[in-house]
Amino acid sequence: MTKKKKIKVKDFGKPAEKIANTSPEEFKPLPRPFDRQESIPEFAPYNEKYTAEVETSLDETIALGLPKPKTKEEEQELVRKFLSGMEKLFRKEDNWTFLQPLILSTEHCAQCQTCSEACHIFEASGENDVYRPAFRSEIFRRLYFKYFKPGGKFFGKWSRGDIDLNWKTVARLAELSYRCNLCRRCAQTCPLGLDNGLIAHELRKLFSQELGIAPKELHEKGSVLQLQVGSSTGMNALVVKDNIEFIDEDMTEKTGMKIESHWDKEGADVLLIHNAGEIMAWPENPGAFAVIFEAAGVSWTYSSEVAGYDSINYGLWYDDVMLAKVAVKHAQAAKKLKVKKIVLGECGHAHKALTVIADRVLTGDLNIPRESAMTVLEEIVFGGKIKFDPSRNDFPVTLHDPCNMVRLMGVVEPQRRIMRHICPDFREMTPHGVDNYCCGGGSGFAIMSPYNFSDWRFQVSGRKKLEQVLNVFSDDLSPETHKYVCAPCSNCKGQFRDMFAYYDLWEKCGIMYGGLVELIVNAMTDVKPGFLEWEWH
Amino acid sequence: MALVLHLITYVSFLVLIVAVARRANKFMKTPVHLRWELYPVAHEKKGLKHGGSYMEEHEWWTRPRETSTFSMLSKMVPEMLFIKALREHNRSLWYRSFPFHFGLYMIIGLIFLLFVGVFSEMAGAPVAADSSSGFGKAVFYLTKVVGAIGIILALIGTIGLLHRRLTDPDLEGYTASAHVFNLFFFLVALGVAFLAFITVDSAYSMARGYIHSLITFSMEPTGSWLVSMEVALASLLIAYIPLTHMSHFFTKYFTYHSVLWDDEPNKPGSTIEGKLLEYLNYPVSWSAPHIAGGGKKTWVDVATEEVEK
Repeated sequence: MTKKKKIKVKDFGKPAEKIANTSPEEFKPLPRPFDRQESIPEFAPYNEKYTAEVETSLDETIALGLPKPKTKEEEQELVRKFLSGMEKLFRKEDNWTFLQPLILSTEHCAQCQTCSEACHIFEASGENDVYRPAFRSEIFRRLYFKYFKPGGKFFGKWSRGDIDLNWKTVARLAELSYRCNLCRRCAQTCPLGLDNGLIAHELRKLFSQELGIAPKELHEKGSVLQLQVGSSTGMNALVVKDNIEFIDEDMTEKTGMKIESHWDKEGADVLLIHNAGEIMAWPENPGAFAVIFEAAGVSWTYSSEVAGYDSINYGLWYDDVMLAKVAVKHAQAAKKLKVKKIVLGECGHAHKALTVIADRVLTGDLNIPRESAMTVLEEIVFGGKIKFDPSRNDFPVTLHDPCNMVRLMGVVEPQRRIMRHICPDFREMTPHGVDNYCCGGGSGFAIMSPYNFSDWRFQVSGRKKLEQVLNVFSDDLSPETHKYVCAPCSNCKGQFRDMFAYYDLWEKCGIMYGGLVELIVNAMTDVKPGFLEWEWH
Repeated sequence: MALVLHLITYVSFLVLIVAVARRANKFMKTPVHLRWELYPVAHEKKGLKHGGSYMEEHEWWTRPRETSTFSMLSKMVPEMLFIKALREHNRSLWYRSFPFHFGLYMIIGLIFLLFVGVFSEMAGAPVAADSSSGFGKAVFYLTKVVGAIGIILALIGTIGLLHRRLTDPDLEGYTASAHVFNLFFFLVALGVAFLAFITVDSAYSMARGYIHSLITFSMEPTGSWLVSMEVALASLLIAYIPLTHMSHFFTKYFTYHSVLWDDEPNKPGSTIEGKLLEYLNYPVSWSAPHIAGGGKKTWVDVATEEVEK
């Protein structure tokens, strides 16, 4: 076997057609039935015509599609703005939000590479140097020491190593900031408590907040659309009400219970906010929530205010200002209805954004209590008002831990206690809980499919999770035995839907994915049997 | 010469104190940031075992928040003494890093014991193998053992770390001149200390004499050029460490307590809320078109202005 060519940080800005080759032959082998190269879909290259238009010199995929500068002036402008943004990252007025953790993680790394072993992307790629968590951060650190520390031109090179700053460095770094799921598994293993995930996050912020560079799916079609129309799905209040009405009718028919969701009910105990993607892609999920809440007698409502019916907050992944705007809208919707609390549906990043991150954005009467659906559901399931027949869920079930909900928020056990109670054949993946692996769709990737990026997220960023799923069901991978991956998170489900379809996992292995509430309703004795339909969608 | 040596030690000690104080002050003065904790959080009482938080409780804000100093110490102490995280996640590096760090802790213990010895002698209890004082005798042997083991462990660790730094393919391209210099600095300082110990000062009496001279400002010579070298190198090293990334010996406190374990909720009327109200009025100068802060808008402005339709 020939020795792989080492990719060095100092060469990052050097002229080259491509910095890294992501070769499928080098990817980590998968278990059966994907243990032979020919059993895996081909990694589709991006169309070569894009090379002339957008930046493609990082690896074999494109996430951002940053237009290439056309003139020397444009190249210099890119570098100038990058440096200006970097300076602002270290200014308390502009970045009080993350200044302290950023300085700590920038100034103290000992380059031990312990973080590499924890990264699912680095591992799955066959240990491609460019995907080391410390590779991206080291570029950032060297630039910081060179340009923002006294005597940096000499001492920077001495203390950290050399780096060229030119438009190539900037453009590649922009792309590279979207080769990390921000799952922060690397930070968990750092002996110094440093966080390379945070540096990827701050880089994304720099590009968005100073240069206006962010993936369209997150910004224009995400946060901006949500703030303009009400939801990143494009649904305005009228459309979403129509959809929910349809879901209610469907639920009434399926369950035999009269289901009617509530809108703008002032003084309700709970404002329930779903990731609106659920309403369009997995209507049975908000439907199941309605069934459970109605059966348990919860006083609840939806809000028809802008963003009040869509819990997504993509700013979490790329832009503090957009994060704050959306969080304020969510809180204003709750304030207007005078609810006692906001309950977040099955969406990991929405949990983290509104409950944890926005905790230090919302002040005064906007600081309305926020709670995870997991604890609310646990209270209901064990509260005694609803009766369950676990034998209805007697099929192999596993639980995927959404990083934002588990490692980054500490909501680990409530969903497990529910599943142990209602799923007789519940089994854990290895590892799980706070040590879990990301689904590969984290930090916005699940909704990003430009160019050939989806191939990269199914073959590289999602590979480790696919391996875990195949392993946990390895005792019977036959398609006749229906198996269920419970993913209480919309973005994770989006990744599973697309990745399972890519590998044809339902047809080949009988593996389905879905949420937690569907399992709960499926086991309710007051509901007609067969809520779970086992139909691929 | 003795005067120069003493000055080096005094100045080095001063640099250490000032550098640590300045750096710690810098981190204490940075604004309270958005929460960015990572689970498990060590002071969690109920959820520590599985990495759970208080947010696992139904309506957690209505319940008293339960934290545990014991839980926190049970995580902190093994980490500080034995670098537990490294042992779990990078065993091959731990075999090198643990003796290095533990050796340094023992050398700090050696310095402490040298001071104890000096005070003991000043109080009339000689520190020697044949001392009439039991305490003096105990300090004598303890100093010898702690010093010898500490220096040998740190030396082994340094050589191991240097070897890894120069040969591990994973570190290729990540090793800057300073990384190698730092380890060589340790190697030379520890090597000289070891040589001094086995040749001229195996009882640490010269080192103790120097400490006595330092605290009494008597500027007496050490009695050996090797011991003088040992003192000069050790002094320069303690001044150098806090000026480099090796300042992690105390900044690690902030990475854990102020970031990874900072799960303090923002309650209405709390100190945190008071600070946030101040920060939300900071001017924003981010230039992207969707912000266009220009240093005139505040965080409240940019967070609440409507997006154009």
